[in-house]
Amino acid sequence: MESIQQKQDQIIEEFNFFQDWSEKYQYLIDLGKTLPEFAENNKIDSNLIKGCQSKVWLNSSFNDNIIIFEADSDAIISKGIISLLVKVFSGHKPEEILEANINFIEKIGLDSHLSQTRANGLLSMVKQIKIYAIAYQAKQ
Amino acid sequence: MIDVYKIREDFPILSKKINNTDLIYLDNAATSQTPIQVIDAISDYYKNYNSNIHRGLHSLSVDATNKFEETRLKVKEHFGIAHTHEIIFTSGTTHGINIISSGLEKMISSKDELIVSEMEHHSNIVPWQMLCEKTGSKLKVIPIKDDGTLNIDEYKSLLTPNVKFVFINHVSNTLGIVNPIKEIIDLAHANKSQVLVDGAQGAAHFKINLSELDVDYYVASAHKLCGPTGVGFLYGKSDLLNSLPPYQGGGEMISNVTFNKTEYADLPHKFEAGTPNIAGVIAFGSALDYMNSIGFDNIESYEKTLLDYATESLKKITNLKIYGDIEEKISVISFNVGNHHPSDIGSILDQFGIAVRTGQHCTQPIMDRFNIPGTVRASFSFYNTKSEIDLFVDAVKKASKMLG
Repeated sequence: MESIQQKQDQIIEEFNFFQDWSEKYQYLIDLGKTLPEFAENNKIDSNLIKGCQSKVWLNSSFNDNIIIFEADSDAIISKGIISLLVKVFSGHKPEEILEANINFIEKIGLDSHLSQTRANGLLSMVKQIKIYAIAYQAKQ
Repeated sequence: MIDVYKIREDFPILSKKINNTDLIYLDNAATSQTPIQVIDAISDYYKNYNSNIHRGLHSLSVDATNKFEETRLKVKEHFGIAHTHEIIFTSGTTHGINIISSGLEKMISSKDELIVSEMEHHSNIVPWQMLCEKTGSKLKVIPIKDDGTLNIDEYKSLLTPNVKFVFINHVSNTLGIVNPIKEIIDLAHANKSQVLVDGAQGAAHFKINLSELDVDYYVASAHKLCGPTGVGFLYGKSDLLNSLPPYQGGGEMISNVTFNKTEYADLPHKFEAGTPNIAGVIAFGSALDYMNSIGFDNIESYEKTLLDYATESLKKITNLKIYGDIEEKISVISFNVGNHHPSDIGSILDQFGIAVRTGQHCTQPIMDRFNIPGTVRASFSFYNTKSEIDLFVDAVKKASKMLG
């Protein structure tokens, strides 16, 4: 299993190939389309991330000291962005998630394409992921 | 006639590059851009006569007071208002609405009813809901029809004897639809109900005469009319404003203060406590001058040309749906393409340097009415061009293709 940092480096490397914003966006759109379906019964208010213009749901489960994240959105670009987050964080121990230094968003130049509102939405997602990690760590 | 390329030279921001391409600003319904004449007025104030108004005897204060009061005169003339003291400077439309809603707290009882419409901006809904919570009065809603227009027959049946107030926008910020405001006011008055018109969207696109409309209260913002943000005005008929309690206590709104009793100043000062946005109010005057120098008739007909051109071009895009596509509207187009989320379209348009607004536009009830998460809203002003519309329409096509 790759570490969170290795996964981030992989994403950074992938994005380095893109020549311009439209390729980045096209990639996010494609990622969004391939993100596995989110169970309708998980699309509940308590799974909604506050601060996004589109609806973003994040759900998690905890087994064998590993957190599995699932996410969905009604907007496809948001869905692509959260699929990157799910890819980076899902399948890790709570302490790994809490210790991780998240740098890929900045490195792939995504933050400069996001308005303050959307960047805040992205920050809320990362924050929520960390909150889940804290909660599961306490449960252990 | 409008010489749009000459006009564009007045707006420094319009030559800005966004993502290495020319900015195409189509978010005018949110705020209009500011011509150099208005920017200069703000700068001139701070450079040459920055001073607190009304109380000072020195020359700077006299200059500032005169310029500030000149704007009141310009508002009076532009909006066909009978008396300058019926004009209260505010921080914007929302502030004006809150002055009235807070003033009505003691004047509304649990038996009373208030009317809003389904197409109101949240700022013309929430203050009235808060008023209803405080007073126990009831809020009734004029529904909109499938074409986005108000259901006037329903409005007539909602106008029962207990209705004290009708709060209605002149123009929908989301749909651009112009409401039959004179008819709405006359029907309300026949029912002995008072009317507040939210003029935030209308004021920028055509000239109106508040005396002829016989409206009781009217609110608008300067920043939609090429003026600065943080300035607006509230108009109210003198007898009505006189009957309302002040909104804020403080300096300038008093005529006599002792610890036994304080007497309030006369209109308009009673509602203008504290140091106002002096530079902003003065610049609002310059903005009105600027727009009048272009001429509202010219603005109205040019914007109509842009609207028709954009509507026609957008309609050629497969699966594009326009909300509120009727004849009586200003240059605002709210639309969706297929099932694509409006924020996806908006994000891609931004990469092309095109500024539109996406989401609910502070009108969640409209979105619920049409069962959509939001819309993409493009709003045009007299400084936009047909070639900008071509680029915009082309970018919508590309966005739709990218989203697949």
